[in-house]
Amino acid sequence: MRKSRVMALCLAVLTAVLFSGAAFAAEELSINGSTTILPFAQSTAEAFMKVNPGTRISVSGGGSGNGAKALIDGVTSIAALSREMKSEEIDAAKEKGRNPVQHIVAVDCIVPIVHPSNPVSDLTAGQLRDIYSGKITNWKEVGGPDKSIAVIGRDTSSGTYEVWNEKIMEGTAVTPRALISASSGALVQSVAGNTLSIGYDSLGYVNEKLVKALTIEGVKGTPDTARSGAIVTSRKLFMYTDGSPAGEIKKYLDFLVSDDGQRYVAREGFVTLK
Amino acid sequence: MPERGEARRLSETAPRRIITVMAMSGVLVMAFILLFLLREGMPILKGASITELATGRLWYPVSAPPLFGMMPLIAGSLAVTLTSSALAIPFGVALALFLTEICPKRISGFFKITLEILGFLPSVVLGFIGMVVIAPFLQVRLELLSGLNLMNASMLLGVMILPTVATLSEESLHAVPQSQRDASYALGATRCETMFKVVLPGASRGIAQAAILGLMRALGETMVVLMASGGAALLPQSVFDPVRPLTSAIAAEMGETSVGSAHYHALFFMGCILLLFTLALNMLVIKIESRGEAD
Repeated sequence: MRKSRVMALCLAVLTAVLFSGAAFAAEELSINGSTTILPFAQSTAEAFMKVNPGTRISVSGGGSGNGAKALIDGVTSIAALSREMKSEEIDAAKEKGRNPVQHIVAVDCIVPIVHPSNPVSDLTAGQLRDIYSGKITNWKEVGGPDKSIAVIGRDTSSGTYEVWNEKIMEGTAVTPRALISASSGALVQSVAGNTLSIGYDSLGYVNEKLVKALTIEGVKGTPDTARSGAIVTSRKLFMYTDGSPAGEIKKYLDFLVSDDGQRYVAREGFVTLK
Repeated sequence: MPERGEARRLSETAPRRIITVMAMSGVLVMAFILLFLLREGMPILKGASITELATGRLWYPVSAPPLFGMMPLIAGSLAVTLTSSALAIPFGVALALFLTEICPKRISGFFKITLEILGFLPSVVLGFIGMVVIAPFLQVRLELLSGLNLMNASMLLGVMILPTVATLSEESLHAVPQSQRDASYALGATRCETMFKVVLPGASRGIAQAAILGLMRALGETMVVLMASGGAALLPQSVFDPVRPLTSAIAAEMGETSVGSAHYHALFFMGCILLLFTLALNMLVIKIESRGEAD
């Protein structure tokens, strides 16, 4: 009787050790969400895994909304969002017994871009708004050649659009004539291939060899103006966890905001926190 | 011997059962997809009527209040499908005719392999070509506002569906019995007359089916239109206007919308519309088939 109880205890301890060992050997994290954040989430995850071989981090894009949904459904450990979580998303999370906690991981800045051959180099926020709402349709109205403007925007549901809509459009509707690019990369390609075009993209995607970045009211989109908020189109990038992070999740997030982690943020063209 | 009899019975019935189960599971999966699509798509009708959705001209799904006018998107899908088919079907049928009736056997083998390779081309590659090669070319040469438009996407889609149309047409042309051609020649018809008055009408049913399959492929294609059609939710006035077909709207917006919102349901509703279109085309194929059997 006593012997069997001891045996059972031994067995329990053994399985506990085995299981925790197994869990330790293959700690799995997942990051899901904004395609804006994807590049540096990927590179920091790779760097983190190199230092912590026991941890596996899988990073997937799909958009801020997708990331929020994944956190609400409990299928991701970290949700990456290029905007703050909406109140309805927080409500949905609470309903499922989850508690989204916000972490600021980087700063982004959205800059208007044109074809390199375009002589225009500065526009006011008002001019940008008029161009995107369809009030200004010719480059000569803003000091350029007498040619029509090809307005290129982002999908109304992308995080980049949301910032543009909030900071520049201030609620005015974008003209239905605007061309829509499905991704940040595609937008740069479109602008680079069209001499009449204007577009907007995250600072990290703006390749000055392909396109020309405009200043807004004389303010150039740079890391400093983005961090200080001097340029109207800067925004913060977030990661959300369910509850206060612990264990490997905390270790990863600490790494991400450390100087080492922020180096990867800078390398991908984003603006570091410090 | 009873044992052997039993074993044989099992060996005879087992494959039939296995196949039945597999076929049924396919049907079941299909039914669940349909059910899911309807369950996620129908709630949009609580906030807006079908006529509002189908005839509304403004697609502003995230403005306040949101506008879910799907007419430009439906028109975009139809415009891209019809334009690409108008480009690809005549070419495809002509190519098939050339391969079966004119081209020497040795060369036709080479053409068929080329066609097959064209069919393997991933759509994202085509889309990329449209974006970085065709779009700047169209924009500069034709002095358009943008080279990403209905024409660009239709040309690429045309290239995509050409192998489907050509291969299937070729098969049905091939199925026309040689005796009919011989009879035509025996009556003194020229080669041209034989081709257009005997072989082509003889294969018309198969060619019609090939054309419809091409239409379906063009209607459902997403990547090419997402990359090359421009993406503006406009009712196209000319072939050089940008369009936003249903498929590209779903692909571009689904990832960023919050689940359970009206926008989310609207996107699923668009999926239902697409399903309805392909269903109608499928019915057409079945009708053509059954008419053939009645002959």
